[in-house]
Amino acid sequence: MTLTLGHFLTLGAILFALSVVGIFLNRRNLIVLLMAIELMLLAVNTNFVAFSYYLGDMHGQVFVFFILTVAAAESAIGLAILVLLFRNKRNINVEELNALRG
Amino acid sequence: MDVRTALFYLFSLVLLFAAFRVITARNPVYAALFLVLTFFQAAGIWLLLKAEFLAISLVLVYVGAVMVLFLFVVMMLDIDVDALKVGFWKHFPLAATIGALIALEMAAVLMGGFRPAEEPRALPAVAAAAQAGVQFSNTRELGKLLYSDYVFPLEIAAAILVVAIVAAIALTLRQRKDSKHIDPSLQVRVKARDRLQIVKLPPVRPAQPEAPAAAAETKV
Repeated sequence: MTLTLGHFLTLGAILFALSVVGIFLNRRNLIVLLMAIELMLLAVNTNFVAFSYYLGDMHGQVFVFFILTVAAAESAIGLAILVLLFRNKRNINVEELNALRG
Repeated sequence: MDVRTALFYLFSLVLLFAAFRVITARNPVYAALFLVLTFFQAAGIWLLLKAEFLAISLVLVYVGAVMVLFLFVVMMLDIDVDALKVGFWKHFPLAATIGALIALEMAAVLMGGFRPAEEPRALPAVAAAAQAGVQFSNTRELGKLLYSDYVFPLEIAAAILVVAIVAAIALTLRQRKDSKHIDPSLQVRVKARDRLQIVKLPPVRPAQPEAPAAAAETKV
């Protein structure tokens, strides 16, 4: 039984589904929400690398590189916002973040 | 089952277990540590797919920088874990159903859509390297592509990183109340007439015989 592209794509799909479940479960905890988003990006990147290998095309890996860059920037700004939020409200419960509600 | 397949299943099982623990861990510190494990397993899978540079940079950039940042933030904040876990399992049946649905549908499409005999297509550069008798370098190929075809996106990525640095620092910077710090923009915009007042005085005072000379000097 050899590995096919389907194996890797299925792994990515399961990982993506797990992170969707994680977003459902951790509705209140902003930190774990950010971690679930990182897991989603990891699943997508795994798909890109698998396609790059099985189709013999390096461009997929270049896109993984850019996704890594943007994900690092996103998590840095997200954590900065989180720290700011905790400084002002003393908790990180997502359900209490309704200051912008009209 | 050859070694590569066995390694794939080993890495996948640990990866999925660690990912499950990330989303269900009670303590966010454990969640962050399990996320580190997840990234390590993903790097192993990328190595199986012969993406060496990306696997190493996943470990260096993600585990080395982003996850340490996560751990710093988790440990700095004083989080009431119990309050965040209220009603944690309430939506679990719905979430598990949706997750299983996504995974099963994708698996049904993907596993049937690719023939087992489908061999990975070799990169053109691999064949060229084998012909020239040199070793193929994933990093070299990626670098060639990145600095020729993708040089403008690369510049944009660099700009995004700079913006992220500036934004993160600007968001979390806090001024001390007791510092004697002066705003440089105020300093630049200051005019001479705000600081210096020129008083016109006659150079010579008319002689006043009744006032003594010393009193006139102190007035000036």
